[in-house]
Amino acid sequence: MLWITCPTCGERPVSEFRFGGELPHVPDSIIDADAHNLDWVWMQNNVDGITTERWFHVAGCRRWLTLRRDTSTDRVV
Amino acid sequence: MNEFVETLLDLTWHEPKKSYDVVIIGAGGHGLATAWNLATKHGITNVAVLEANYIGSGNTGRNTTIIRANYGIPESVRFYQRSLDLYRALEGETGCSIVHSTKGLLWLAHTESGMRAERARALMNQACGAETVMITPEEALELCPQLDLSGGGRYPVLGASYHPGGATARHDRVVWAYAQGAMRQGVHVVPHTPVVGLLRDGERVVGVQTSSGPISAGVVLSAVGGRVTTVAAMADLRLPIRTHPLQALVTNAYAPGFGPIVASSELLCYVSQTGRGQMLMGAEFDSQPSYSMQSSYEFLQTVSTRMIHMLPFLRNLRILRQWAGICDISPDYSPIMGFTGVEGLLITTGWGTWGFKAIPAGGEAMAELIATGVTPKLIAAFGLSRFAADHAMADQGSAGTR
Ligand SMILES: Cc1cc2nc3c(=O)[nH]c(=O)nc-3n(C[C@H](O)[C@H](O)[C@H](O)COP(=O)(O)OP(=O)(O)OC[C@H]3O[C@@H](n4cnc5c(N)ncnc54)[C@H](O)[C@@H]3O)c2cc1C
Ligand SMILES: [Zn+2]
Repeated sequence: MLWITCPTCGERPVSEFRFGGELPHVPDSIIDADAHNLDWVWMQNNVDGITTERWFHVAGCRRWLTLRRDTSTDRVV
Repeated sequence: MNEFVETLLDLTWHEPKKSYDVVIIGAGGHGLATAWNLATKHGITNVAVLEANYIGSGNTGRNTTIIRANYGIPESVRFYQRSLDLYRALEGETGCSIVHSTKGLLWLAHTESGMRAERARALMNQACGAETVMITPEEALELCPQLDLSGGGRYPVLGASYHPGGATARHDRVVWAYAQGAMRQGVHVVPHTPVVGLLRDGERVVGVQTSSGPISAGVVLSAVGGRVTTVAAMADLRLPIRTHPLQALVTNAYAPGFGPIVASSELLCYVSQTGRGQMLMGAEFDSQPSYSMQSSYEFLQTVSTRMIHMLPFLRNLRILRQWAGICDISPDYSPIMGFTGVEGLLITTGWGTWGFKAIPAGGEAMAELIATGVTPKLIAAFGLSRFAADHAMADQGSAGTR
């Protein structure tokens, strides 16, 4: 199981957190404004590897944190 | 299933050719059903299905096999009802036993808001051609005498929606019914051949690069389940898909004859009995996206605690196995099928935790689209272009049970 270190509360199980999504990262190749917005709103990098994402400590301090995680192993890096 | 089965079946295996009319990436249910429909319904047999691993090694070989049509929006209800009907006819059509069994599905509600949601679902289903009716707790007990109507004192059953068409089938038999049927018509199904790139002519996709060389194709269909983002990226295509693990478990055998499939909207878990008598359970997908197929102790704890509220006899059974698959979750919980905006590349994805039941209708529709070049009406609402057009197809009926 995934354990997340909260800056306020320390190491806590994933069940205390709500996943807030990866940080949207629109590729530089998308320059058209509408395409950029579409990508920002809907598209996911969904990488099989290291990703940067937001989590909310819903059953703890109720603050947001930023996490780097390897999705191929589900470990925090 | 595995190489053992592949050698047992009386089939001819082929090395891939240099070129096909249609190349399908992924020998899961959707890829194989599309190939089978192309060959048997449209006479298109110059087709290859390329599989990275063994046939059916993805989610089609890992799911909890629930087939139902009681979805939440008209477009979905019609689509899944078509699939439910096609499943009923599949044994006759393919000549293979898939251990299909219509059991009925009980969807319990434990709160007033749960009851409202189930009533709305039942009315919507009736209006769109799927049979779903509201029943009382006593009627639910008649269908499933093992239920604890007090819900362990915490989740009293206030009523249930009942979907008599709810069914199960053996997942690996479904895989092999389609694979075998397609291969007998001349389709090449090629295991252990991952697609590692897409061949381009300008923007257009004109084939695939595989571990054993390039193969050109008139049309390429991606049917790769949780790995779709990687395959789409080979054509610079961006998708709104997140890959989440979903887990399941089975117990040892219980007295055969446990009636319906039982699910709960508030407890978010479901159970059915397999042909061997084992109790097969699932719950919602892991909250964080991941490509790891590790299963967790936490899942066992959560599912067991919840299930025992509904069905106390389960506490006397033992968990035999647990496993996970990685699911292609769309943002609106509806599938994404058809054209991609990249010429020569089609997709069938967004099958998430609910796509086993969709295999017959998904395969039928994708084959028609490939054969005619026109999107069938049944899946018109489920194109990738819906996000740009602001027509997301949010369907709460996808969640809760699978
Ligand atoms: C635990 C669990 C329970 C579920 N329960 C249900 C249920 O009760 N009812 C229901 O309707 N649905 C259920 N589902 C969902 C259902 O299993 C899937 O939606 C469905 O099987 C998807 O089929 P598919 O053909 O799209 O993908 P898959 O069956 O995953 O097939 C994709 C194939 O593509 C291959 N592949 C990937 N990348 C490449 C590549 N680069 N080159 C070549 N091949 C590649 C993979 O190896 C795989 O074999 C469940 C899923 C899980 C994990
Ligand atoms: Zn905290």
